[in-house]
Amino acid sequence: MNRIKNTLAQNTKLLSIYFTAGYPEPEDTVSIIKDLEKNGIDFIEIGLPFSDPLADGPTIQESSGVALKNGMTTKKLFQQLEGIREEVEIPLIIMGYFNPILQFGVEAFCQSCAAVGIDGLIIPDLPVEEYNEKYREIFEKYGLSNIFLITPQTSEERIRFIDSVSEGFIYMVSTASVTGSTKGFTKETRDYFRRISEMKLRNPQIVGFGISDKETYGQATEFAKGAIIGSAFIKHLNSSRKQDIADFVKSIRPV
Amino acid sequence: MSYQVDEKGYYGDFGGAYIPEMLYPNVEELRRQYLDIMKEESFQKEFKELLRDYVGRPTPLYYAERFSKKYGTKVYLKREDLCHTGAHKINNTVGQILMAKRLGKNRIIAETGAGQHGVATATVCALMGIECIVYMGEIDIDRQAPNVARMKMLGATVIPAKSGSRTLKDATNEAIRDWINNPVDTHYIIGSVVGPHPYPDMVARFQAVISEEIKVQLKEKENRENPDYVVACVGGGSNAAGAYFHYLDTPEVGIIAVEAAGKGIDSGESAATSALGKEGIIHGSKTLLMQSEDGQITEPYSISAGLDYPGVGPMHANLFRSGRGEFISITDDAAMKAGLQLAKLEGIIPAIESSHALAIFEDRKFKEDDIVVVNLSGRGDKDLSTYIDYFQL
Ligand SMILES: Cc1ncc(COP(=O)(O)O)c(C=O)c1O
Repeated sequence: MNRIKNTLAQNTKLLSIYFTAGYPEPEDTVSIIKDLEKNGIDFIEIGLPFSDPLADGPTIQESSGVALKNGMTTKKLFQQLEGIREEVEIPLIIMGYFNPILQFGVEAFCQSCAAVGIDGLIIPDLPVEEYNEKYREIFEKYGLSNIFLITPQTSEERIRFIDSVSEGFIYMVSTASVTGSTKGFTKETRDYFRRISEMKLRNPQIVGFGISDKETYGQATEFAKGAIIGSAFIKHLNSSRKQDIADFVKSIRPV
Repeated sequence: MSYQVDEKGYYGDFGGAYIPEMLYPNVEELRRQYLDIMKEESFQKEFKELLRDYVGRPTPLYYAERFSKKYGTKVYLKREDLCHTGAHKINNTVGQILMAKRLGKNRIIAETGAGQHGVATATVCALMGIECIVYMGEIDIDRQAPNVARMKMLGATVIPAKSGSRTLKDATNEAIRDWINNPVDTHYIIGSVVGPHPYPDMVARFQAVISEEIKVQLKEKENRENPDYVVACVGGGSNAAGAYFHYLDTPEVGIIAVEAAGKGIDSGESAATSALGKEGIIHGSKTLLMQSEDGQITEPYSISAGLDYPGVGPMHANLFRSGRGEFISITDDAAMKAGLQLAKLEGIIPAIESSHALAIFEDRKFKEDDIVVVNLSGRGDKDLSTYIDYFQL
């Protein structure tokens, strides 16, 4: 959690990458993390693959499917991440759906996260009410920061509530859409970015969904603290693999 | 203790609304309003009139004399097969289209497996002149061509679900993704007592007309409202929820749920969720579902496309865990034979889903004076080609 806080305290706009663990090759997980850090990415979301990712568009669905075919499991991910903190310093967040975590056991999962040095979790289908009532204590016991989503349709009252229970940042979903949209941001979307920034929330906001290039990254971070790119990065891995991670990062945020 | 839903949307340990934040405004709007809207007099009037004049309700409660004689007990069939479009599914879609109108929605999405719920949704959308989009797994589109044609005739757009295993569970994922992408004008008509709260309860209430009628009809025929047993097949569990609804908290009435064993529970090709499932989350609901040790949802199998769902509604998960319901699973072969037998004994060709419920009498014995109501959820027209292939007719 401190790693997340320290990163957010930096005086720059942040760039984060989401990728699916075990994709394209089962043993790519750690080398992708290292390459991303080397190229100046500020923090990383490691996607835990799931058979039925209902908030995701075709790109992440497909990468999850390939990862599962590659034999990725929750247990395997933790094995891969063992020792990662000897080499990687930036915050690492696991993003995954709740069912695989439930099957692993919520407490066992949190314990394993803490053991390998995971800082936070994003679980899109674990609503804040259920979290507060049943799981918050466990997450806190292991020092894990649970990150919640807000969308353009989230009411102000609910945003304030989510802000009050969040520790770290608020994940601001850019548009009403599953992941992987490449339509660009409308004026309405940019007004939403502004509206949220004017709410002066306790937690900084990081924008995700629909950021695919320099332009959308720029628009997202005009008001927000940073942005997360997922599908566009995965597509890039698809065509040219990790030796080009450097090119990809440069194309978004030139040094 | 009640077997109905509690205020938080749970049936015992099961239920809730495990949804991404993107769905929260729509699901919350529905949760806040569904009971009030259903209570409105104008809603009830319109709902009841449509059920009577359009769907053809009440459906008969028919004493199956030759069938009863064969099994040495008294069997009544609740004839949901006589509903417009051929199955109970339309009770729910009529209710939900009226709900959608009152919520001000002008675009309807639905998922379908066999196509029965898709047809029932396309039908009410045609009736109301509302745009209708039905998601259907690519594989199901191939094996259920007549229902695809019916939906198209009714003016619906059928979109193939190409993700995952390309069947019902993936069609449901695609419908949910569509709802995420269209958060303002769209209502999602779920086809069974599954999904996030309030769907399981709302769909159960729309299907509850089944047991409401059974009570009245049984009183007329047997001078008692309560049978000894109510039997229904369970895919997601909507026809069963409707048949049990008014008996859930009446312990004298035995509840029997019949699942599809496919080629046998241990064959690896089965859809018997209570036997093979573990607690988990599917389509926004905590319930029993078939999954790998790692929590990946597995693909079920049944000869009947309507029972081919890897989960069950949370009401049924609770009936199973609490012991209130007796769960029986029936193989493809036993179901097919029971369907053929009903045709020969009673002149009724049942949907293969419903045949599963009819098949229990071979092994599950009842007393001579027991009154057993079997919910005959649908008719077999849609399954003719499967019957033809199976029996070389
Ligand atoms: C005739 C019939 N019975 C039963 C079912 C299973 O659904 P449920 O379990 O929701 O009643 C279907 C689904 O397509 C059906 O068409």
